[in-house]
Amino acid sequence: MRLNVKLTRRRLIAGFTASAALGIAGCDRLSQSRSSLSILDSAEDLTRSIQRAILGARDTLAPEYAEADITKIFKPNGSTEADDPDYVAARQENFANWKLVVDGLVDKPLQLSLAELRQLPSRTQITRHDCVEGWSCIGKWTGVPLKEVLDRAGLKADARYIVFHCADTLEQTLDGTGQYYESIDLVDARHPQTILAYDMNGAPVPVEHGAPLRLRVERQLGYKMAKYVMRIEARDEFASLGRGRGGFWEDRGYEWYAGI
Amino acid sequence: MPSLTSEHAATPMLKPRIVYRHSLLVRVTHWINALCFALLLMSGLQIFNAHPELDWGNVSTFDRPFFSLTAQEDGNGAIRGVTTFLGHSLTTTGVLGASRDENGDVVPRGFPGWITIPSYQDLATGRRWHFFFAWILALNGLVYVLNLFIKRRLTRDFVPSPKELRSIPHAIIEHARLRFPKGDEALHYNVLQKLAYLSVIVAFPILILAGLTMSPGMDSSFPWLLDLFGGRQSARAIHFIAASYLVLFVLVHLVMVLVSGVFNNLRSMITGRYKIEEQGR
Repeated sequence: MRLNVKLTRRRLIAGFTASAALGIAGCDRLSQSRSSLSILDSAEDLTRSIQRAILGARDTLAPEYAEADITKIFKPNGSTEADDPDYVAARQENFANWKLVVDGLVDKPLQLSLAELRQLPSRTQITRHDCVEGWSCIGKWTGVPLKEVLDRAGLKADARYIVFHCADTLEQTLDGTGQYYESIDLVDARHPQTILAYDMNGAPVPVEHGAPLRLRVERQLGYKMAKYVMRIEARDEFASLGRGRGGFWEDRGYEWYAGI
Repeated sequence: MPSLTSEHAATPMLKPRIVYRHSLLVRVTHWINALCFALLLMSGLQIFNAHPELDWGNVSTFDRPFFSLTAQEDGNGAIRGVTTFLGHSLTTTGVLGASRDENGDVVPRGFPGWITIPSYQDLATGRRWHFFFAWILALNGLVYVLNLFIKRRLTRDFVPSPKELRSIPHAIIEHARLRFPKGDEALHYNVLQKLAYLSVIVAFPILILAGLTMSPGMDSSFPWLLDLFGGRQSARAIHFIAASYLVLFVLVHLVMVLVSGVFNNLRSMITGRYKIEEQGR
């Protein structure tokens, strides 16, 4: 009786170890299968719906901090410079002749210089930047609320997303899908803290942080906050852009809704 | 449905009793929880590996975290894994800080591939696993806790009485001798079980809330979460510490399941039926 129990117990442990090993291999296979990934993706829709139900209606503000909280070293991540020829040329002139293009589903396409952007209403916010990798930094950002720019261009009724086309290529690809871009919906586009920042910590945004213009979407993770913004396009879909998931990192498996 | 009732009347013959110990709801939520916890732990370590260090407060220090798993280049080109805790460093090559990748090369890596999902470095996929099973764990836990309150079992099953608390030293000695309660004493959890299970019922909500505090979206709606945990990086650390505590619990739990009658215990969590040895001499 006792021997029996021991043998079976040993078999049980062996069985457990084997099934654990199989389980890990199985998880890797599931991680590479399109259908299982799409099941896992359903959680993203649920998270977005629930968070939007909580956040969307009330335009809740991301926490803002004091000057004393500003991080001494704000980690630059992703691209720390941009190599688009137009950008490189504009940078050599210190962006004096650089213009932000606003087009797509708008009544009045715009081209705005930095000086013109600085004349629009501005907002300054000291906020926490949360990277998807897990780290956080606090910085002070000054810029024009995206809503002000969109209101001047006039969104057409079928506009659903705002797409940010950037000057940096984060991955060299043959089909050009390595160019950075991002997209947000109109809830975030019209949020008071969603700004096109031209100043960081009281000085023009440094190149490693996205000069001359960097998007801030304070209720989402860092990868949504496109640097080196060259063109803002209003669209009714983003499936035909890049690899179809709405952004550079989204095309590489990250969630489009980066609120968590 | 019988609950903790004897199917056979106790006889002087000291025949073992079979009692109905765990309801179907408890059994089902237990196994869903076990699966979710394993997958969340492994995908969580994948996520941790994207920034394998912990800080306190709102922001990251980068140069002086209180806990880190880093890799250092040796003079002769080899990579050394280093675990640092509160300024004290330990070489942990092969397991923490640096371990073998799928090609067999030692590479910088917080936790090794055999304990992460996926086994290779892939933060995006790790997050998809993590948030999917986080939802299942939370909803499953909600069902369990609601049942606990509706059936008023929290205080009855898990909160020890003052008398039980005084018996802790005795219970520890008995457990150390692998002597477990029998007879009527085994109809309910003993004081050590109560405290252990109660700590888990408390640890899971802390774990979930600390996890939500890392969400910039949640922080905009519930800024008090940041005050509760002392900042986003503290919340990340507490999330990690609470998960580590639950790992410790699971290890002790598995050992106790093995030494206190693995078949009886497993049967009770599968069929609900638990055999109670009568108090013999």
